[in-house]
Amino acid sequence: MTLVLPQPTTPGAFSAALGKVGEFTRQQPLGAVSFVIIFVMMFAGIFCELVAPYDPLTIDFAAILAPPSIDHWCGTDAYGRDIFSRLIYGSRTALVIGFTSSFVGSSLGATLGIASAYFGGRIDSWIQRFMDVLLAFPLIVLALVVVAALRSFVVGGVDMNLILAIAIPIIPRVARVVRAAALGVRVMPYVDAARAAGYSNSRIIFRHMAPNVVAPYLIMLTAFIAQAILAEASLSFLGLGVVEPKAAWGLMLSGNAADFYREAPWMILFPGAAISLAVFAFNLFGDALRDYLDPRFKV
Amino acid sequence: MRLKLGLLITAALAWGLGSAQAQTPKKGGELVYAITAETPNYDCAGSETFATLHFASPFYSTLLQFDLSKFPAVKGDLAKSWTVAPDLMTYTFKLNEGVKFHDGTPFTSADIKATYDRMRNPPQGVISPRKATFADIDTIDTPDANTVIFKMKAVNASMLEHFASPWNCVYSAKDIAADPNAPRTKINGTGPFIFVEHVKGSHVSGKRNPDYFRKGLPYLDSFKGVFTLQAAAMLNALQGGQVMAEFRGVSPAERDRLKAALGDKLRVEESSWTLNLLVAFNTEKKPFDDVRVRKALLMAIDRWGGSQGLSKISTLRSVGGVIRPGSPSATAEADLVKLPGFSKDIKKSREEAKKLLKEAGQENLKFVLWNRNLAMPYTPGGVFLVDQWRQIGVEVEHKQSDTAPYLAALNAGNYDVAIDFSNLFMDDSTLALAKYLSRDRSPQNLSRSIDRELDKLYDDHIRERDPAKRKALVQAFEKRLFEQGYQEPLLWWHRIVLTHKTVMGWKMSPSHNLGQDLAEVWLNQ
Repeated sequence: MTLVLPQPTTPGAFSAALGKVGEFTRQQPLGAVSFVIIFVMMFAGIFCELVAPYDPLTIDFAAILAPPSIDHWCGTDAYGRDIFSRLIYGSRTALVIGFTSSFVGSSLGATLGIASAYFGGRIDSWIQRFMDVLLAFPLIVLALVVVAALRSFVVGGVDMNLILAIAIPIIPRVARVVRAAALGVRVMPYVDAARAAGYSNSRIIFRHMAPNVVAPYLIMLTAFIAQAILAEASLSFLGLGVVEPKAAWGLMLSGNAADFYREAPWMILFPGAAISLAVFAFNLFGDALRDYLDPRFKV
Repeated sequence: MRLKLGLLITAALAWGLGSAQAQTPKKGGELVYAITAETPNYDCAGSETFATLHFASPFYSTLLQFDLSKFPAVKGDLAKSWTVAPDLMTYTFKLNEGVKFHDGTPFTSADIKATYDRMRNPPQGVISPRKATFADIDTIDTPDANTVIFKMKAVNASMLEHFASPWNCVYSAKDIAADPNAPRTKINGTGPFIFVEHVKGSHVSGKRNPDYFRKGLPYLDSFKGVFTLQAAAMLNALQGGQVMAEFRGVSPAERDRLKAALGDKLRVEESSWTLNLLVAFNTEKKPFDDVRVRKALLMAIDRWGGSQGLSKISTLRSVGGVIRPGSPSATAEADLVKLPGFSKDIKKSREEAKKLLKEAGQENLKFVLWNRNLAMPYTPGGVFLVDQWRQIGVEVEHKQSDTAPYLAALNAGNYDVAIDFSNLFMDDSTLALAKYLSRDRSPQNLSRSIDRELDKLYDDHIRERDPAKRKALVQAFEKRLFEQGYQEPLLWWHRIVLTHKTVMGWKMSPSHNLGQDLAEVWLNQ
């Protein structure tokens, strides 16, 4: 019934949206900075063919372990590949896997959370006990189990099972938070009215309850992008994620980097910094979004 | 002056005595070593990976074995002595007496017969990559419990060396009769160590066999082979002293790192290696049934440039044909560069490759390259190949799997293109060429090709006793193989083995498959 986010369809709506952005920047300056970092990452990831100075996969044995220079801003790796270009392409890998896993995990988690709150009783109890089981495992451990159990299934260069492996541990965490929010919505008169009007359960859940838990959903979605990027990097580092020669930040820290990091510290410094910066930016943006959207923080 | 001289003599004597004592094997202790892959099963005779030998060799004996002090000479293991008929058609072995399997069953010539029959005529469901090697055996007679006679159908000039193959673990006839596949899951040998446990993902361990037939051996009380699938984990364990050795081989960078960290505590031994990485095409799958596609992909690979670069970062080093470069039967560089895939003019070669792909209608070729999930040197090999093929416009997805699923996929033919390996234990052409025989003759041939011309060249060469003519036949085989492009070596390896100096009695060789029974290994601590 109540839409939280305005739809900028008219010039008036557009100015209102701009006004909101200005308000967000004033109220959450760190959030705005983190958004700029995310925007740069997204831009680099989307347009990496235009931004990257070199092909990230091309081997150049004449430039093995070259230090940072004008030609190679972040140096080269053990195959003579340009690290800066691999970082740029790596941002695409991180964002695709990070965003998709977080979106899938958060959306499934939110659906289960709302359904759990709406139906209550035994259904709620069963869903929550199952969530308890999943919650018993740390995110990276559960992702490790799933990725080891599933075979690689690549679509368009992206391993769907890697995305699933990272998404599954996100589900219970989001389901818990969204359920708490949905419990408050469930007792609202308009939900009772929808029930009395004879609307179906799915219509009540998706059209009347879901829009009112968008704020926690968005916050969790943003926060878990950081977690998913970190999980992808960790799995790739452990040899269970992205496979060479694809550019991925976690992968850049493992393999040959472990052999040569003493002679060529740039092989680990730049990918490490990219992971830290991305995680920092998404976490900060998630916090800022929470502070901005949650009315309790506006007091 | 006299005092100084006296002190000098005393010091020299003391040093000499000390050295002699240091070389006297000490009994006891546990050797802990790293195994960088976990064996898919326990059957040496059915395996082609070192992971099986580094796991199972200490539990088994073979008929003969290579004398690593005089490699490639052979010496007896279960065989006490042997005679070879002048026409090379009969091999008679006298076996050691009083030998027992670990379950207490007495060892007899029937066990040798059962072991070799299983390899040359594998029953239904038994995988035998050595089938082609032993195809020339006509009969195996066992006139008494301690004599076994191999009669040949045809001459095989390398047969004696084949009897020393480390893959020919001798199994109990009783076990094989009960279940021909028993060696895959059960360990019962006559080797220096008795199996204790295999904890999957962790380790294998064995304890001293008190009834071992070679008196006074083994020196160790026990051993533990720890699976360290990640190179970094293996190096850290070696550096920290959790393991004392890794017998397969490390990269130059790994050697340098450990040498810097451990200094004089570390022993470094290097050798060329009877091992190469191969590019194998599944000839039963389109478009790899087309010789133009296979040739184009092979011609796009700059082996000479790759050798220069990859040798700095991996164990890959030498460019060569099917026989180890530098060994007597190997093809000379001048002849090699004339074969497809070995040209030094890579620009011209790639242009030709593009034309071939266009002719075959495969200008936008995409496929999956199957590779083993072993960092060294499979990952550098895969990364290199992906790069090389991209340069002629081919898009490749690099897929790395653990040893068991990788071998399962390759053996079942569930792949497009794979990085395979030729894991030899000596520089013998009968051994090296067997991998490329038609699939119905050689299960080792993972390209699944059928080529009767290659089979005939192999048969002709195996009967040829004149070394020059034999070498010419090997080269004709190689030419036919590379022109058809079913499989082709990528690069040959360079072996670097690191052991703590406390590990004594282990001998370096050009093959990581040899000398792994650990019978003569001891700890100087």
